[in-house]
This record gives sequence, C-alpha cells and structure tokens, in this order.
Amino acid sequence: MTRARMTQVAVVDYGAGNLVSIGQGLEAVGADVVWAPDGNSLGEADALIVPGVGASAPAMERLRDRGLVDPILGWIRDGRPYLGICLGLQLLFEGSDEDDAETLGVLPGRTVLLEDAPTLPHIGWNQVVARRPHPLFEGIGDGADFYFVHSYAGRLAGYEADELTLAETVHGRPFLSALARGPLLGVQFHPERSGRDGLRLLANFVRLAAGQAARRPAELAAPAAVRTA
Amino acid sequence: MLRRRVIPCLDVANGRVVKGTRFVDLIDEGDPAELAERYAAEGADEICFLDITAAPEARATLLDVVERTARRAYIPLTVGGGVRSVDEMRDVLRAGADKVSLNTAAVADPDLVRRCANRFGRQAVVVAIDARQRPSESGDGPRGWDVLVRGGREATGLEAVAWAERAVALGAGELLVTSIDRDGTQSGFDTALLRAISDRVPVPVIASGGASGPADFVAAVIEGGADAVLAASIFHRRLHSIGAVKAAMAAAGLPVRLVEPAVA
Repeated sequence: MTRARMTQVAVVDYGAGNLVSIGQGLEAVGADVVWAPDGNSLGEADALIVPGVGASAPAMERLRDRGLVDPILGWIRDGRPYLGICLGLQLLFEGSDEDDAETLGVLPGRTVLLEDAPTLPHIGWNQVVARRPHPLFEGIGDGADFYFVHSYAGRLAGYEADELTLAETVHGRPFLSALARGPLLGVQFHPERSGRDGLRLLANFVRLAAGQAARRPAELAAPAAVRTA
Repeated sequence: MLRRRVIPCLDVANGRVVKGTRFVDLIDEGDPAELAERYAAEGADEICFLDITAAPEARATLLDVVERTARRAYIPLTVGGGVRSVDEMRDVLRAGADKVSLNTAAVADPDLVRRCANRFGRQAVVVAIDARQRPSESGDGPRGWDVLVRGGREATGLEAVAWAERAVALGAGELLVTSIDRDGTQSGFDTALLRAISDRVPVPVIASGGASGPADFVAAVIEGGADAVLAASIFHRRLHSIGAVKAAMAAAGLPVRLVEPAVA
C-alpha cells in the first residue's frame, strides 16, 4: 500500500513538436512519464507538464479539440504540480499579442513580443538571473545558461507580478524567464534541451511534485473518475 | 546575454557521418548519435544533421538516427536534407528534432516555408542557403552570390541576399548560410556574404563553410555578424576542440557558454 513508486509525470501531447527530449529528460531523472493526448489521460499523475513551441492560437485550438482545456484548468485549480515550458508557460496568461489568441487566463498579464531584441526569434543559450531563490533552481548557479527559442514572452500584470517572478533574462530588455505561484511553475526556456542544468531543473521539479504527492489528500490523489475504474 | 553558438555539423549518409570536399569524395567519420553525444559533452551549443542521401528510402534510417541522438544529447538538434512537406517536417520533429532546415525544397516551393512556419512556428524553420560568389564582370557593382541547390550542384538564378530576405518574409526563423566556394576548403568563412545577409534580416544567421581554426569563428561573428558558427571536419578530425574555439571567442570579447568538462 505504501510501497514507494516512481513519481509519475503526465506530459500533454497536443500534436506538434519534439516530445522525445522531454520524455527522455524526465526518465533520466527518475520519473515515470505518461503521455496525455486527451483530457481523460491526466489520471493519477503526480505532476503535469505542458510543453510546446510556436503560436498560441493553433495550440489552444488543439488543446480544445482534444478536450484538454478543462482538465488542465481543473488541475491548476486543485493546486497540483504544473510545469509549463515555453508555450506551456505562455498559455497560462490571458492572451497573446502574437495572434490575439485568448489563452487559459490563469495568470494576470499577456504574452508580448520581446522588446528591443537585437535578433528575433531569440534562439540560443542565455542567462537565467534569479529574482528570488526557489527550490526549482536548487543546485543551479545564478546566471546559468539555458536554451531559449521564442519571440514572445509572458508579462505579468498586477500587484503580484514581482512576487511571482522567479527569474529574468535579457535579450534587448529583461523578460520573464521563470515564475512560480505555489505549485504552478513555468519556464520560458527548454530545460530538456539545456544540458546538465536543464536536467537538474527537471529533477528538482520531479522532487517537488513527489513531496507534494506525499502530502496530498486522498480525494486529490485519486480523482473520482479514475478511482471507479 | 545571448551567447554566440558553436554548432558541429554532421553530414549524414545512410545513417553514418561522412565528410567530403565540396560535397564529393565522402569519408566515413562515425555514428551520428555517438558523435553528437561527444560534442554535447564537449560544450557544443547545438547539433546539426544534414542528411545528404535524402533518398526517400533512407527516411526511416534518418528518423532512427534523430531519435537515438535526441535520447543521448540534451542539446538542440537541427535536421536538414530532403524535407519536402509539412508532414515530413512533422515526422522529423516528432522523432526528436527541434528545428528543420529547408534548402532545395524551399527554393522549389517557397510557400512550403510559410506552411511549415504556420504549423510549427517560425522558430522551428531554418532556411539553408548554399551560395557561390558570382563570377567577376566588367562592371564595378557588387558581384553578389548565386543560390545553388541539390548539394551545390544546380544553379537557381536566385541571388542569395534577396532570397534570404524573402525566406525570412515567408517565415524562416533562422538562416544557415553556406559558402560553396569555401565549403571543405578550410580557407575561412565568407564574411562578406555573411555580413551582406546579417545586415538585412532580423533572424539569427548561422555561418557555414570554410572553418579552419578558432580565428575563423571569431571573424564570422565580428566581421560577418553571425549569431552562430557551424563547422564539421575540423571537429570530427579533432584538429580543434569546441572548447578551444569557444576560448578564442571569449578572448575576443564574444559571449559564449563555457561548459566545465564532465568529471571522468
């Protein structure tokens, strides 16, 4: 009953892009990866990762087509561990200037074009500078390089903005490169493509999720739909 | 600050890394996934595979190589060679590539660049331009560069700078600019070509063709305005290490990502 099991991480698979790296990265740090191609497949996972690159409107459309929007919103509302990577972070905001898409609206603010960027897209390794300490970055030096590939980034609005900001990166002007609101985490860079520090960050996320799973009340640990199965 | 990237390029034929001079006289240089992993450990910022067989029957081999590499090297992977459709690009991305480079197919069907960018985002679409300086004419005007396709064998009538601007307008998120004159000759990058293009487009430009040593990488960035520099044989043959190239770039004041060697 209490036998230790691997921390299970559901990764949303909504149609495009490279999922091999994220799956391999999670397995390398000891997680059990389950793919979530639709809304019924989040199941009993301990943590959810929404990856993705590209534009918001087609991504939202694919999430809707696969019945993933409400399960993701429900997951976040229940306070379960979430890591948004790149587009998976941007989608948490209210909308995107890229294509005027309305996105999940979990965080106050919008996804906006990088300002005064010397090159666009912003492609390559850049420094992630901490604004406050957080266990997601445990063991990772301040200013460590991570791999970015994007033209837009989320911009937090409202009184919580400073509090939610974990890290910023400069390309032209500083932009939001990592945030946290309790168990809701997001990074603009790609940890699965960022060498050893990237794997360390994924390991930290899995460890945080495992810690929360251990504390989680039974009704959240086993959602009704799954419990009856 | 955004780092200038150093990218080892692996020309892949039938699942093996090869290198020839001016796209001919190919020599076997090893297993792509193994080499990619070694380069990642040595500090490569990205890996580029160019599938120079690109025959339809070799696709499965390529996808297998991509997937094996993605499982071993936790750095970005760009794959080029023979991708002609949105569906083929999807297959390569799903196998574990982060970016796909379009060359001959983009010239033949420029709208392919737009369709791929719409589907996967422009950051996933690299347009590769193989350029050769135009022969000297009697006039004093700029000579310009011809765009070649099919591995540098066929002229297109396009001028490289004009094609670069058009490719970006269509949706290219990055340009891989190879000087056919310099490729495989180890006589340095064509910095005039790189500068002509990098001054005209907002997207990152990757310099390719002609690397002989660390000083060439510095010149590609400072004189050519390149954001990233790609080379093949000088790394495969261990003439220069990625670390030595990056040290030279850092000494020249360029921002680079320095990786401590893994503890043996």
